[in-house]
Amino acid sequence: MAETDTHAAPVAGPAQRRGRNLSLRRLAPVLAGGILLLIVAAALLAGALAPHDPLQMMPSQRLKPPSEAYPLGTDAFGRDLLSRILYGARISLMVGVGVTVITVAVGLPLGLLAGFFRTLDSVLMRIMDGMMAIPSLLLAVAIVSLSGASIWTVLMAITIPEVPRIVRLVRSIVLSAREEPYVEAAISLGSSLPRILRRHLMPNTLAPLIVQGTYVCASAILTEAILSFLGAGISTETPSWGNIMAEGRMYFQIRPSLIFWPGLLLSVCILSINLLGDSLRDILDPRLKQRGAER
Amino acid sequence: MPGYLLRRILAAIPVMVVVAVFVFLLLRLTPGDPAAVLAGDMATPEQLARIRASLGLDKPVIVQFVSWIGQLLRGDLGTSLISQTPVTTLIAQRIEPTISLALLTLLLSILIAVPLGVLAAWRHGGITDKAVMSFSVLGFSVPVFVIGYILIQIFAIDLKWFPVQGFRSISDGIGPFLQRATLPSLALASIYVALIARMTRASMLEVLGEDYVRTARAKGLRETAVLFRHALRNAAVPIMTVIGTGFALLISGVVVTESVFNVPGIGRLTVDAILARDYPVIQGLILLTSALYVLINLVIDLSYSLLDPRIRY
Repeated sequence: MAETDTHAAPVAGPAQRRGRNLSLRRLAPVLAGGILLLIVAAALLAGALAPHDPLQMMPSQRLKPPSEAYPLGTDAFGRDLLSRILYGARISLMVGVGVTVITVAVGLPLGLLAGFFRTLDSVLMRIMDGMMAIPSLLLAVAIVSLSGASIWTVLMAITIPEVPRIVRLVRSIVLSAREEPYVEAAISLGSSLPRILRRHLMPNTLAPLIVQGTYVCASAILTEAILSFLGAGISTETPSWGNIMAEGRMYFQIRPSLIFWPGLLLSVCILSINLLGDSLRDILDPRLKQRGAER
Repeated sequence: MPGYLLRRILAAIPVMVVVAVFVFLLLRLTPGDPAAVLAGDMATPEQLARIRASLGLDKPVIVQFVSWIGQLLRGDLGTSLISQTPVTTLIAQRIEPTISLALLTLLLSILIAVPLGVLAAWRHGGITDKAVMSFSVLGFSVPVFVIGYILIQIFAIDLKWFPVQGFRSISDGIGPFLQRATLPSLALASIYVALIARMTRASMLEVLGEDYVRTARAKGLRETAVLFRHALRNAAVPIMTVIGTGFALLISGVVVTESVFNVPGIGRLTVDAILARDYPVIQGLILLTSALYVLINLVIDLSYSLLDPRIRY
């Protein structure tokens, strides 16, 4: 019966499925990558593309509907929404990439060392457990309110809660890899510790790190928007998608586009990064599928 | 079992100690003078001194630490810099809307996500499966506040089914409560549904390949009985785990949702504290939610043996 076939699928299915969905599976990352390239291009060329200065206030042009001069309308201070969104892309991408780079730069060595040294591991993992128990948004809010909201503080505030996730991931990979004969061989040959970590253990972590990095990037962009939205983000003199929405909140019922345009771009951007991450995961390491479900 | 219970509870203690030490160090290790940042640009030296004294920053670090831990153990989370009220009182005043919203969200999420996940696993590889999986990627990607505003636009402004914002306590009657709490709960549920549905699907896929599922079918049981009584029960442990770890997401979601829908709960308290630079309140909320997170995950850990009799401690 057809039904039995469906249920046998988990055993025999993956190969068949991959065949059938080849086009869709290939299309999603291409589409996602294309959209991301467009957003990156828009952010880089914001100066040339934006029809107005994103900071120029025109008191006579407050909360205008879309027109030829203002393709997406204006905000409560008479600033051009399209220009602000274009410049806002810079902040989102910068935060996404910045947080990912710093998180990996800090988390990778910590994870490598924790996986290699048992005593360090037990201490470090207790610290990481504690950090992971703190809701990341509240931690970020606390850091920003203590040091004031500059772009660097915001970067730090988003990075710190992400680090334990990377440390745990790297550590779990090292824990299993260090039992491999080639690591034992390297140790008995007297290779130096940095060499063992870099040459023999680190390459194992590369594929999962790339995948996890995309998720960190998506989550960082989201957190920046939430922080700005709550008033704990970068000041509105530097437009970001989050603070455009935060300012638009009061006028939501008059001009919903102030929330919807940045919200749409934000969602599309995060969605594309997540889709790219999912397909990278499928390509680089099929065993990671399970982990993706738990993230 | 009692031995395991004790060990598990004892294991939660170092986690909480790390949280407390971390939060303590956060204020002390911040570069620059946090008191000056909190006081704002217009602060007089007297105000600065008052804030320092109120945060305990005017004493030696070791004295600060001992008195801080002592206060925590007595359930004292500090005093608000603005209203001079104990943080515990402020939280107690605002906790009811948040708890009712969170419980409604949890209920909605499980009611929506578990059947969706089961369906996706049952029709593995089919259109339903793909729809559920795409929906779950969407749920991860679209921020809670964007979903909140879309819901407001559609159901409150266009269709006028629900009021735009506001909150009524359950004690005012279940009708008015649901009328105002449904939209925020749905917004808040989006990411939780995505998380639980994914996990339910993955866990069910594993279980559906097992022999006892085939046996149950061979006995001629109805498919719903096979899926929900035999398979789902065995797939329940990872689903419970993800509900526990998802609590952290729920917290950040609550903060955002409450400010979108103007709900006077813990989330609004957080936002007010951010705007007023009222650090003790933020710190108190961190300690409280972290403790809740540890507690919830402890309870969930202990519930495994109830869900799955094969797990014995």
